[in-house]
Amino acid sequence: MEIAFYLSAVVAVLATLGVVTGRHPVHALLYLIVSLIAVAMVFFALGAPFAGALEIIVYAGAIMVLFVFVVMMLNLGEAAAQQERAWLRLSTWLGPAILSGVLLLVLLVTLIGADVGGRIGGETLTAKAVGTLLFGPYLIVVELAAMLLLAALVAASHLGRSEAHDESHAVRQVPSKRTADGRGRAASERALGDDTSSEENSR
Amino acid sequence: MSWWTPQVEAIAFALFQALVILIAAVGAGALLTMVERRLLGLWQDRYGPNRVGPFGVLQILADMLKILFKEDWIPPFADRTFFVLAPAIAMASLLLSFMIIPITPSWGVADLHIGLLFFFAMAGINVYAVLFGGWSSGNKYALLGAMRASAQTLSYEVFMGLSLMGVVAMAGSFNMREIVAAQDTIWFIVPQFFGFCTFLVAGIAVTHRHPFDQPEAEQELADGYHVEYSGMKWGMFFIGEYVGIVLVSALMVTLFLGGWHGPWLPPIVWFLLKTTIFVGFFVLLRAALPRPRYDAVMSFGWKICLPLTLINLLLTGALILIFSPAGG
Repeated sequence: MEIAFYLSAVVAVLATLGVVTGRHPVHALLYLIVSLIAVAMVFFALGAPFAGALEIIVYAGAIMVLFVFVVMMLNLGEAAAQQERAWLRLSTWLGPAILSGVLLLVLLVTLIGADVGGRIGGETLTAKAVGTLLFGPYLIVVELAAMLLLAALVAASHLGRSEAHDESHAVRQVPSKRTADGRGRAASERALGDDTSSEENSR
Repeated sequence: MSWWTPQVEAIAFALFQALVILIAAVGAGALLTMVERRLLGLWQDRYGPNRVGPFGVLQILADMLKILFKEDWIPPFADRTFFVLAPAIAMASLLLSFMIIPITPSWGVADLHIGLLFFFAMAGINVYAVLFGGWSSGNKYALLGAMRASAQTLSYEVFMGLSLMGVVAMAGSFNMREIVAAQDTIWFIVPQFFGFCTFLVAGIAVTHRHPFDQPEAEQELADGYHVEYSGMKWGMFFIGEYVGIVLVSALMVTLFLGGWHGPWLPPIVWFLLKTTIFVGFFVLLRAALPRPRYDAVMSFGWKICLPLTLINLLLTGALILIFSPAGG
């Protein structure tokens, strides 16, 4: 189990570095997916299979699909890479990198000094145990999170609705990336078709 | 032989089981490509492929020869890494899910206690096959197919998880063997009928089968996300789809129809029989239903299936609390 832990931890770190250093946005997203799966493997190795499975389902399976969906449609090319190169000058990232390095050093020193031996491969936490904890001592946290999500849901629904309403008497050429209703989707599809065809022509 | 200990024997038997199940899954997928066309022919009042061999059973061989010897062409405008990766994801994620299905009391690959969640995870990863395949092809039809796939995924994945939570609540476990054991007296299709209906819809959507095949919709998108694929890479998408059908059928049997339970016949026969019926149902759906418009599919998912699963889960929870012993 220790080997599994360290292997997947190394994969997670390398993949995350790939996300940060990658020039190509979709390749960076693939690294991010690999990194999330590696973190899930870390959870498995630590004896928390429920958390590991949820990590894959929620992050790798649902949230990253949204990310890939959006980035796929942006059609980023060489121009975007050049822009990023222009923004990412040495003076821009040197300061934050040094500060983060100091934090990493502090973390490492703390971890080396602390007694963490023998934690890997201990007991395995079942889904039932996690549920009992969530709805027992941590009930108030769960409910607060639920309220927060509900608020986000109501806000998103409100924003989507007003735009869909405007759209019914707006010009049809204005494409909308909203997925609130079928008409918005059809319009954005049309717009996307036009985009790619013009791109194709220029090629 | 001193090294042939009971432990080694157990490992060897487990490996043998895993191999047999893997080969059977792929074989069933390949066989289905022919069976489906024959069944479609039967239901649409025409002949299917019936020229090669008796009743056309050798059609698979002919198809395989064709697929394997076709030029495996990667378009110069495609993103190579993703283009090669996508079919591998399509096939591997679905084949891995067979791991959790208990076939008979003694057969099955892994006995995970997060069994069902493993399937959700693999179904989540399976989406990337379509997304990456469509994006990397550098073709607008393929991209449109991939876009539809991701929008469709977001709408069915939520209620797919919720539709099975009633089963999990009644069995008290994510473990597939415990779910089968909990159906000793009554199959879950009776108390969880709405869960069954919604999971059926979601299961079809997972496999991108008719009527949820908007991502490939051949009339509008000329085959959608795999339009640029040829040879065995296309073959892996193709076989992967049928492996998905077998997988979802086997899952439905395990979760709602009592798995291997049944009178008189041995367990393996019951399991295969029930799975075959569901596979036939999948083909019948394709023969019978037109393809709905694509926004209609999404609003069906969000406005009908999602509330239905939520109400089902609420009622299931309430009934379990009422009938469970106090303080239990």
